[in-house]
Amino acid sequence: MSKLGNLGARLHRGEVSYDFIGKRKIWYGVSILITITAILGLAVRGLNMGIDFQGGAVFTTPTKMSASVAQVEEYAHDASGHEAVVQKLGNGSLRIQIAGLDTGKSDEVKQTLAKDLKLNPEKLNADLVGPSWGEQIANKAWQGLAIFMVLVVIYLAIAFEWRMAIAALVALIHDITITVGIYALVGFEVTPGTVIGLLTILGYSLYDTVVVFDSLKEQTKDITKQTRFTYSDIANHSINSTLVRSINTTVVALLPVAGLLFIGGGFLGAGTLNDISLSLFVGLAAGAYSSIFIATPLVADLKEREPAMKALKKRVLAKRAQAAAGEAQEESRSATGEPSDGAAPAVVGPRDQSAPRNRGRGRPSGKRR
Amino acid sequence: MAAPKKGRGASAQSKPGRSLVLILIAIVAMTGGMFLAGHTTPRLGIDLAGGTSITLKAKADQGSAINKANMDTAVDIMNRRVNGLGVSEAEVQTQGDDHIIVNIPKGTNSKEAQQQVGTTAKLYFRPVLASEPSGGAAPKPSPSTSSGASGSPSPAASPSGDQKATSPSNAPSPNASATSQGRAVSDALKADATPSPTGSPSAKSSGAPASPSPTPGANADAAKLQAQYQALDCTKPAERAKVGKAGKPGEPTVACGEVNKVWYKYVLGPAAVDGTEVKKAQAIFDTQGASGWQVQMTFTSSGAKKFADITGELAKNQQPQNEFGIVLDGDVVSSPYVQQAITGGQAEISGRFTQEEAQSLSNMLSYGALPLSFQEETVTTVTAALGGEQLKAGLLAGAIGLVLVVIYLVAYYRGLSLVAMASLLVSAILTYVIMSLLGPAIGFALNLPAVCGAIVAIGITADSFIVYFERIRDEIREGRTLRPAVERAWPRARRTILVSDFVSFLAAAVLFIVTVGKVQGFAFTLGLTTVLDVVVVFLFTKPLMTLLARRRFFADGHKWSGLDPRSLGAKPPLRRTRRPSGPTTGPVDPKGA
Repeated sequence: MSKLGNLGARLHRGEVSYDFIGKRKIWYGVSILITITAILGLAVRGLNMGIDFQGGAVFTTPTKMSASVAQVEEYAHDASGHEAVVQKLGNGSLRIQIAGLDTGKSDEVKQTLAKDLKLNPEKLNADLVGPSWGEQIANKAWQGLAIFMVLVVIYLAIAFEWRMAIAALVALIHDITITVGIYALVGFEVTPGTVIGLLTILGYSLYDTVVVFDSLKEQTKDITKQTRFTYSDIANHSINSTLVRSINTTVVALLPVAGLLFIGGGFLGAGTLNDISLSLFVGLAAGAYSSIFIATPLVADLKEREPAMKALKKRVLAKRAQAAAGEAQEESRSATGEPSDGAAPAVVGPRDQSAPRNRGRGRPSGKRR
Repeated sequence: MAAPKKGRGASAQSKPGRSLVLILIAIVAMTGGMFLAGHTTPRLGIDLAGGTSITLKAKADQGSAINKANMDTAVDIMNRRVNGLGVSEAEVQTQGDDHIIVNIPKGTNSKEAQQQVGTTAKLYFRPVLASEPSGGAAPKPSPSTSSGASGSPSPAASPSGDQKATSPSNAPSPNASATSQGRAVSDALKADATPSPTGSPSAKSSGAPASPSPTPGANADAAKLQAQYQALDCTKPAERAKVGKAGKPGEPTVACGEVNKVWYKYVLGPAAVDGTEVKKAQAIFDTQGASGWQVQMTFTSSGAKKFADITGELAKNQQPQNEFGIVLDGDVVSSPYVQQAITGGQAEISGRFTQEEAQSLSNMLSYGALPLSFQEETVTTVTAALGGEQLKAGLLAGAIGLVLVVIYLVAYYRGLSLVAMASLLVSAILTYVIMSLLGPAIGFALNLPAVCGAIVAIGITADSFIVYFERIRDEIREGRTLRPAVERAWPRARRTILVSDFVSFLAAAVLFIVTVGKVQGFAFTLGLTTVLDVVVVFLFTKPLMTLLARRRFFADGHKWSGLDPRSLGAKPPLRRTRRPSGPTTGPVDPKGA
C-alpha cells in the first residue's frame, strides 16, 4: 500500500502528474484509430450473430457424454437437415447449435437427437428461438440506448453542464464502439447476453466519468478568481488527483466480472454468464480508459473555447511570462508544486489562509534567491 | 476536554449510533419477516429451477389493439389454459408492452402447454343437450341440485328431461335454483316464479333418447358421442384436458364445466352463436333485484338474431335442455338456462356471482377468446440439473470475485477494509433478504442474468466506499486529524456517490422498462443493488466510519489502519493549518478542500 499510497499522495499534491490534457491529441489519435479499426472490423467482418438472431435451437446435453463431437454433429445434421455446431463444454456436456430451425420442428429434432444420443428427452435441454427474438432484443437495446443517452445527457447537463454532458456522451459512444469493434474483430458470438452486458456498460462507463467530472466541477468553482491556472491545468489536476480512485473503482469493478468470465465461464463453457461478463469486461476497461483519456480532455477543450476561459488563459499565461521574466526558474517550480498544499483546489477563493501562506512560502524562497 | 467532545459527538456528528441502530433494526425485521413468511430463499427463475419458458409476442389483429386491458385478458385466459392442464404453479405474466412469458415448471407436459398457450381460443354458445355431475362419486351436491343430479343417476342422457325439469320446479324459485346450481338465469324471465310450463319435451330430444344430437341421421356419430359422454369423468384433469378441445363448432360435442366446485359433464349441440358476436359484456351490480352481480351482454346485430333464435328454441325445452353452455376452449364456463326468447340483442346472466366471477365471465364474453393473436418467440427448456450447475458456477464466480475484491481492499486499505467488508456484508444480507421477500410479493424470480447482475453489483457497491475512503485520505493528506477528516470528506463523497449512483440507476431503470424477459431480471437486480448501495453507504458506512474515527486505532493513524498520515504523505508543516481551521470545521461546511 505504501507505494501506491505514496503515489496517491504525490498525485494528490501534484508532485507526480501525467499531462493528460497536454497530450490529449495523442490520445484522441489513439481513440480515433481504435474507432476506425472497430468500424472497419464491423464493416468487413461483421458481427458473429448468435443463434438467437437467426433463429434456431440450442440443445445442451447432460454431463459425461460418450459420443464424440464429430459424431454428434452428424447426428444433429441428420436429425435436422441443417448444419450444426457442436461444442464441448467445460463440464463435459455438449452444446449443440442448429441454426435455421423453427420452433415447430425443433421438438421433432429434439426427440431424434435424444434417441441418437441414447438419452431421455427430458434430460436434453432445449433453447429454441425464433429469428424475431434476437431482432426484438436488439431493437429494444437500441431503443434503450437512445432513451438512456437522452436522459443522461439531460441529467448531466443539469447536474454539471452541457459540455460535460457532451463529453460524457462521446466517451460513452466511444466505449460502445470499442466493445462492438472487439466483438467484430475477434469474432465473439453476439447473444442476448452480450446485449445485456453492452447495455450495462451504459451506467458503468459513466461512473468513473462522473467521479472525475464531480472533482473537476468542484475544483473549477472559483476558477475566474485566480490567475494561476488555466482550466486545462485544473482539469489535468482533477484527473491526476482522482486517478487512484478511478483505478481502484475500475479494478474493483473488474474483479467480480473477471471472476464471472474466467471462473464461471471456464467452468461451464459458453453460456449466459460468459456472454454477459465478456462484454462487461471489455466495456468496463474501455470505460475506464475513456473517462480518463477522452472525456475530461474533451471537456477542457470545449471549455477553453468559452470567452471567460480564453481570457483566463491569457491572464494566466501573461502572469506566468511575467513571473518567468522576473524570478527565473525557481518561481515556476513553486508554481507547479503549488496545487499540492492548497489541497486539491489550489484555486478556491474563500480560503484566505492560502494566500498568506503562499506568500510566506514564496518569500523565503525568494529571499534565498 | 471530555465534555465538549461528547457534545460535539452527539449533536454535530449526526448521531451515528442512531442510523446504525435503524439499519440493524431494519435488517433484523426483514430477516425475521423472511423467516416468518417462510420464504427463506429467493424464488428461482425457470432457467435455474428447470422447466419450460415460452415467450409470446402479441400481434395486433384487425380491430383489436395491443393495450393493457387486452394483454391482461390474454394472460387471464392463458393462465386458465396452462392451469387447466393440471399444471401447478405455472406462471403467465406480461412483460413489456407486448410480450407474455409463460413459465411452466419442470415435470409437466410442456409440449402440450406450448401448443395450448398461444393458439387463439374460441368461445361459443352451444345448446346443452344433456348434463350431469361427473365422476364416480358425485361430490356431495347441495340440496337443491341434488334432486336434479341424483334424480338421474344414470349416466345416459335422460330422454325426456322430465326428471330434471322437476328439480327447478321444486326449488323455491328458478333464480335460487339456478344460483345454487351455480347456473345463471336469463334475467328476462327471472321474475317468472314457475318454471316454464311450456315443457313439452323438445322434438329433438324426444326423437332419439339416446342420441342427443339434434341432427337426426348422424346416428353413428351420435352413438360415438354418447359413448364418449358415458365414459367421460370430468373430475380427472387429464380427461378434462382432452375433452372438448377438438370439438368443431358445427358438430355436437362433449365437454366439462365446473360449477360450485362440482364438475359437470355436458353434451352440447352445434355452436349457435359465436363468441365474436358478443359486442360487449360487462359485470354490473344489480341494485334492485336481489341477484347481486350479473353479467350484461350486448350482441352484434347478427348475434342478436341468432341469440333470439336459440333462446326461443331453448325456452321451449325442459332442463337441462333449456340451457346453453358458454364454451371457452372446450370448457363450459357457464351454462345459464333460458326461459323465454331473448330478443333485442340484450341479455343478462344472473346468478349468485361474486364480483370476480362476474367480471371474469364478462371478460371472457367480451373478448371471446384471446383478444390478440400471439407468436411464439422463444421456447427454452432447462433441466434443473443444468440450471443448478449454472447457478453453482455463478455463485462460485461471485464468491471468487468477492474474495478478490476483499483481498484488494485489504491490501490497499488495510484497516479501512473492515468497514468496506462490513458494508458489503450488510449490503449482501439486504439484497438476499429483499430478493427472497420479493419472490412472493411481486413474483421476482432469480434467473441467471439476475445472478450476474448481483455479482456485478459487488463492484458498484465497493465503488462508493472507495470514493469515500479516498476522500478521507485526501483530507488526512492535508493534515487533518481523522475525526474532522471523516466529517469533511462526507459531504463531497456523498454528492459524488449520489450522482454516480443515479447514473447507474438510470441505466438500470431504462433497461428494465424497455426490455423483456431475461434482461429485465438483470436490470432489476442492478437497480435494486444500486438503491441498496445508497442506503448502506448513508445508514451504515458513514456512521460506522464516524464511530471508528473515535477509536484510537484509527484516530492515531495506526500503521494498519489504512489512515496512517505518514504513509499517506500528509505534510507535517500543514499541522499548523489544522488549528485555525479545526474548530470551524463543522461537519457541514466543506469550504476548504
